[in-house]
Amino acid sequence: MTVDQEATRVSADGLRQQVRTFLAAHHPASMRRLEFLNARFDAGLAAVHYPPGLGGQGLPRALQPLVEAEFAAAGSPSNQPERNPIGLGMAAPTILAFGTEAQKARWLRPLWTGEEIWCQLFSEPGAGSDLAGLATRAVRQDGPGGAQWVVSGQKVWTSVAHHARWGLLLARTDPDVPKHAGLSYFGCDMTAAGVEVRPLRQLTGEAEFNEVFLTGVVVPDADRIGAVGEGWRVAQGTLMNERVSIGGTPVPREGGMIGPAVRTWRGHPELRTPGLHDRMLRLWADAEVARLASARFRQQLAAGQPGPEGSAAKLVFARLNQEITAFEVELAGADGLRYDDWTMRRSGVVDFYGRGAGYRYLRARGNSIEGGTSEILRNIIAERVLGLPTEPRTDTTVPWTELPR
Amino acid sequence: MSATAGRAARAVPDLLYSGHEQDLRDAVRSLLAERAGWPAVLARTETSEPYDTGLWRVLAADLGCAGLLIPEEHGGAGASYREAAVVAEETGRAAAPVPYLGSAVVATAALLAARDAELLAGLAAGTVTAALAVPFASRPAGGLPGGVRVGPPRPGDPDGQARLSGTVTGVADALPATVLLVPADGVPAGLYAVQAGAPGLTSTPVVSLDQTRQLADLALDNVPGRPVAAGLDAAAAVSAALTAGAAMLAAEQLGVAEKCLEITVSYLKERYQFARPIGSFQALKHRAADLWVAVSQARAAARYAAACLATGDPDTPVAVALAKAACGDAATLAAQECVQLHGGIGFTWEHPAHLYLKRAKSAALGFGTPDWHRASLAGLAALPGPAQPGPGTG
Repeated sequence: MTVDQEATRVSADGLRQQVRTFLAAHHPASMRRLEFLNARFDAGLAAVHYPPGLGGQGLPRALQPLVEAEFAAAGSPSNQPERNPIGLGMAAPTILAFGTEAQKARWLRPLWTGEEIWCQLFSEPGAGSDLAGLATRAVRQDGPGGAQWVVSGQKVWTSVAHHARWGLLLARTDPDVPKHAGLSYFGCDMTAAGVEVRPLRQLTGEAEFNEVFLTGVVVPDADRIGAVGEGWRVAQGTLMNERVSIGGTPVPREGGMIGPAVRTWRGHPELRTPGLHDRMLRLWADAEVARLASARFRQQLAAGQPGPEGSAAKLVFARLNQEITAFEVELAGADGLRYDDWTMRRSGVVDFYGRGAGYRYLRARGNSIEGGTSEILRNIIAERVLGLPTEPRTDTTVPWTELPR
Repeated sequence: MSATAGRAARAVPDLLYSGHEQDLRDAVRSLLAERAGWPAVLARTETSEPYDTGLWRVLAADLGCAGLLIPEEHGGAGASYREAAVVAEETGRAAAPVPYLGSAVVATAALLAARDAELLAGLAAGTVTAALAVPFASRPAGGLPGGVRVGPPRPGDPDGQARLSGTVTGVADALPATVLLVPADGVPAGLYAVQAGAPGLTSTPVVSLDQTRQLADLALDNVPGRPVAAGLDAAAAVSAALTAGAAMLAAEQLGVAEKCLEITVSYLKERYQFARPIGSFQALKHRAADLWVAVSQARAAARYAAACLATGDPDTPVAVALAKAACGDAATLAAQECVQLHGGIGFTWEHPAHLYLKRAKSAALGFGTPDWHRASLAGLAALPGPAQPGPGTG
């Protein structure tokens, strides 16, 4: 540990110096935004945990915040990570772990600069928690430019698909083997013929998500990520990153969902009752303990002890968000009966903490469904952390085509 | 983050365990595994010696756990509450019948605040075992408990010695103590050291809910006491002791919760019903998963409290309240789930689950309940209650 900490300290000092040297040669104010971001990528200062030559330097991810802080302090243009959460949070780690050198060279730069937004084509109307049962087919063909796949099916719950240039696509390449073994993973060009994106309106009134219809979409074999039949393994890596990114962002005390509730509490003494006070105190304590547990989880990651504990962070995050927002609507009293706007909106950036208490209450119901339901996360904790046996299953050994559906 | 991007977010201290702390844990765990296996702990509960003084000598003196918090100049290890918490986790895991919390944490914290070199040296050497004579259910709320009064010295008493009279009920770890630290009201109000064998002192064992930490009722009738701290210094010493006690008791509860989770998960894997391990039923594995989550959350809170105490962080009162609330709830939940998920065997005397259940529930009442600590956040975190009790009449 002490050797690692020493190495980290040396790297931190070196990185600060690198950023200052870079900024001396590249003035944020006198360069075009993309030009600046591409130069930053070339200098290995985009994401220091990416490999050398691909925007990074192979350094610990924990060093990235100090680089961001140095750039922000100098007024540098941002790559607007909030516009590309799936690209940065899931596609990049997946491409780095499983992609070919050509794929890394093609995809990572525009992904990081934000020129190319990514979405995730996983869930289907018939495959939610049982993702491995999905039915979207990819059939191999010999095309004019070499091997290619023809993809048909329907995906759902696809956020930012209407802005996306690429999709992380999980499709069935072999229906005659057990379901987990017949999947392959692709980068799907969302501008290709046969890709149709339709808004999916949710119970909040807006449409954050989409349905994506794939009809005879041609995907070059060069855009396959991982081996044929290895799609499930690749997807597992993507999903683990998703859970970390949903529940694992550092926040200050009273950050996150507890913030608006606490501000309402302090600003409106007339709304307080003894019962609500007990709940306020319990929620504040639970939120602060959850914040500390997330901080501890990130310390474990930084110390090289990663694990499925990210599933716990997401589980707690969902429960707390739901309890806090339910409390908030009640705290609002008569105003809790109002809703800001049912108009269908197309929001590009998801903000769990935005708008009114009613919106937050409704939106939080999705927190225990999206990115793995809380029930599936409990299975993951029970089986992978605690080592408890799986339920007896009948669906993992027979060919996918023979499964009831 | 954007709302507070301009303000530097206060960094969370290291909440992991260092290599040194792991070594300490290993040493304590192997001693307790050898000397305080649950059958031995259970057997001791029905003897006339509910505390294992032999084990305590080894833990206190040979392993140096009694002197962890005591500076090296007084013969201690000069360690911090981070290390002390690791030992507390282990005594909790074993439900060990030793006065570690009462002597090495609570009494030691009071004496550190009072700077009593003589008793600190005795504690570090293992020749003194001390207990703060306050009810186990006391809360770290400031002020001196008032059950004992100071009376005038008798002719021939040494200079400064006082005579103490009164009662204190439900004191933890007083039975094996050789010195009692008695807060007393009157003139001069203060904290007094009383020898366990002093004339006029009666210590009566209480039939306690927690059989592994038997309480005692103390009666004092003109018992000679040496002043350790007076007035506000004495109140500060007691307050520091109760705050440290609450935090280290939270660490102990974390150990109880971890152990209950561990034995429950083992049982879920080995117990077969309906021709399969019961741990394969989602109804049970989800409960185990929720328990693991609760324990993980409690661990972060316990570590934060220990880290804050170790550096004298101004956030210590908040940290201790969070830890005692989270760990108290986690430990009682874990012990209750341990009984339930073991089914019939968990309800028997022959299984250790009841030792943990009793320890967990009693510890939740010690040094402030989870509800009391959450209520203290109203002041600590600026979350005031309604101006007038009762529902509004709007």
